[in-house]
Amino acid sequence: MDRNQIVQPENIVCKKPTLMNDNNMHYCPGCSHGVVHKLIAEVIEEMGMEDKAVGVSPVGCAVFAYNYIDIDWQEAAHGRAPALATGIKRCWPDRLVFTYQGDGDLACIGTCETIHALNRGENIVIIFVNNAIYGMTGGQMAPTTLIGQKTSTCPYGRDPQIHGYPLKMADIAAQLEGTCYVTRQSVESVASILKAKKALRKAFEASMAGKGSSLVEFVSTCNSGWKLTPAKANEWMKENMFPFYPKGDLKDTTNK
Amino acid sequence: MAEEKVTVSTLATDGTQEVVLMKGNEAIAHAAIRCGCDGYFGYPITPQSEVIETLAELKPWETTGMQVVQAESELASIYMVYGAAGAGKRAMTSSSSPGVALMQEGITYMAGAEVPGVFVNVQRGGPGLGTIQPSQGDYFQATRGGGNGDYKVIVLAPSSVQEMADFVDLAFELAFKYRNPAMILSDGVIGQMMEKVVLPPFKPRRTDEEVIKQCPWASTGKPKGGRERVVITSLELKPEIMEQRNIALQEKYAKIQENEVRFEEQQMDDAEYAIVAFGSAARIAEKSVEIAREQGIKVGLFRPITLFPFPTKQITELSKKVKGILVAEINAGQMVQDVRLAVNGVVPVEQFGRLGGIVPDPEEIVNALKEILKR
Amino acid sequence: MKGAIEVNTERCKGCSLCIIACPQKVIALANKVNLHGYPYVEAVKEEACIGCASCGIVCPDGCITVYRKRVEE
Repeated sequence: MDRNQIVQPENIVCKKPTLMNDNNMHYCPGCSHGVVHKLIAEVIEEMGMEDKAVGVSPVGCAVFAYNYIDIDWQEAAHGRAPALATGIKRCWPDRLVFTYQGDGDLACIGTCETIHALNRGENIVIIFVNNAIYGMTGGQMAPTTLIGQKTSTCPYGRDPQIHGYPLKMADIAAQLEGTCYVTRQSVESVASILKAKKALRKAFEASMAGKGSSLVEFVSTCNSGWKLTPAKANEWMKENMFPFYPKGDLKDTTNK
Repeated sequence: MAEEKVTVSTLATDGTQEVVLMKGNEAIAHAAIRCGCDGYFGYPITPQSEVIETLAELKPWETTGMQVVQAESELASIYMVYGAAGAGKRAMTSSSSPGVALMQEGITYMAGAEVPGVFVNVQRGGPGLGTIQPSQGDYFQATRGGGNGDYKVIVLAPSSVQEMADFVDLAFELAFKYRNPAMILSDGVIGQMMEKVVLPPFKPRRTDEEVIKQCPWASTGKPKGGRERVVITSLELKPEIMEQRNIALQEKYAKIQENEVRFEEQQMDDAEYAIVAFGSAARIAEKSVEIAREQGIKVGLFRPITLFPFPTKQITELSKKVKGILVAEINAGQMVQDVRLAVNGVVPVEQFGRLGGIVPDPEEIVNALKEILKR
Repeated sequence: MKGAIEVNTERCKGCSLCIIACPQKVIALANKVNLHGYPYVEAVKEEACIGCASCGIVCPDGCITVYRKRVEE
């Protein structure tokens, strides 16, 4: 068969989502952020909610998320995205409101806002990209950095005596009365990406149905911070992150 | 506790004026509902917790649809305001000095992103956790900006419960007119004292369509096939563009300075001396003027109502007509700096204030005035 | 099924995750760089492509458009 017969618009089975614009994304090659952005764009488009979506971007590598997905955005101060989302959703209850946060944003400086927005059951989705490191600022330790993991501020490996323990935010979120859906996903393989997309859609739909708050954690890589190639970073994540941050639904009351 | 409070349980919706007796803090709450506020997001702190308590009792979410949320901290409060206001809604919070210190980051972010949030500071003594008694020690925080960067917040200084009620709508009007955060700088005296107040008539909350039409800059949801996406942000990494943004902000502040100065003068026509005071200090100074006049001193009162924009021109003019100025403020000397800048050495400018939450008597101000006269 | 891919070479950063995901070894890093200095990928064995879209799905930058057509025998 001639290539020209295959390369026809009606034969497209995969392309960049329309809701992602043509701006080149600034993320490092192989960064999980890109895949998560794609999923968000696809799900919003498939739900037909492009004109109702308002995203809140963090401080961190994804600070420029608003440059890539063609919906309205607000830039939050570090950690405060759930508070902004609360203000937006309370005053615009028919909008699809979500935050997009990294581990420093959500689990360190923003822990209070994260827990309280989730616990109040705000009808928002908190998207949590957890790669156990502070990427944007050059690879420092994060609250989710694993014991023994080396970063620029724990160059000999995270030591509980000095640095305390990693925080499992999804487990905390699952305990809160206000949450209706708490899940951990990943985006390193086709299978995990397809599962992750379903989870994201479920969370978005739950927020529009007024079921309460959702936390969708994406266990992710940071190949720059971890000083590994994208492929090796995926392997390291599977070997080390997945056992400590196990994937799956920690809470799902969306059917109630 | 609920039985001891004077609560106004009927809200007239036919626009007729009501004269009621209530605290300044309560007036803020009533005025917020009546001016079509969409959301109040706050945190309890003495001496202003009555604001959120009154709102909670009045349940405006059942009448006008106004949201009332008790946030987990002042930090969260200011960012909830930022979110709602960035989406074009009339959103406000209130706090007192230590809580407003926490909010400074949110305020500079609002200034940088041009978000029209409104907030109230019912000042108490500081520094730090301080005391729950009143002070005016946050003048610098309000006008110099406790956050980072070159920015200004519109500052209204009420000196009566009536002005507490009137300034809520005014703060929103100015905030949205200039797309700038605006604040009401009150204090524990005004917040806690009870006076007669004519509550403003009801203004309905804007519909979603009205918000979208009036605030095309807001993150209300990018219409399909419509405008470009909106991004509410204070971040800009390219220095050439960031400089332009800052220049535009400065030009905005210059416009505000030119157009929005508000002040009040009492007995200044024949005055040989002037007392310059704002907020509760001005109320006390009114009595001081009376006492001084009885003693034969020709003194008048100049009361700035807007602290930004500061009535610099007016004070410069005033300084040409008097022999001396006493700035009476309940702090260690803050507004006096702006007065001195305006006076530019033409006449002596002295300051009198009490600290630690102590509120001065009118006689103390008169005595301070007499010290200037001795020179 | 027969497939074909189009790579947006200016968007590609050469992360090579598509190369690993491809079950048919269709893709490889080209011996060139784009305007941003990134080496990009290209289809080197396109006749083996079955249009499974694994490459497009895992690509973090949405660089790959995948086509698939049923082969009628």
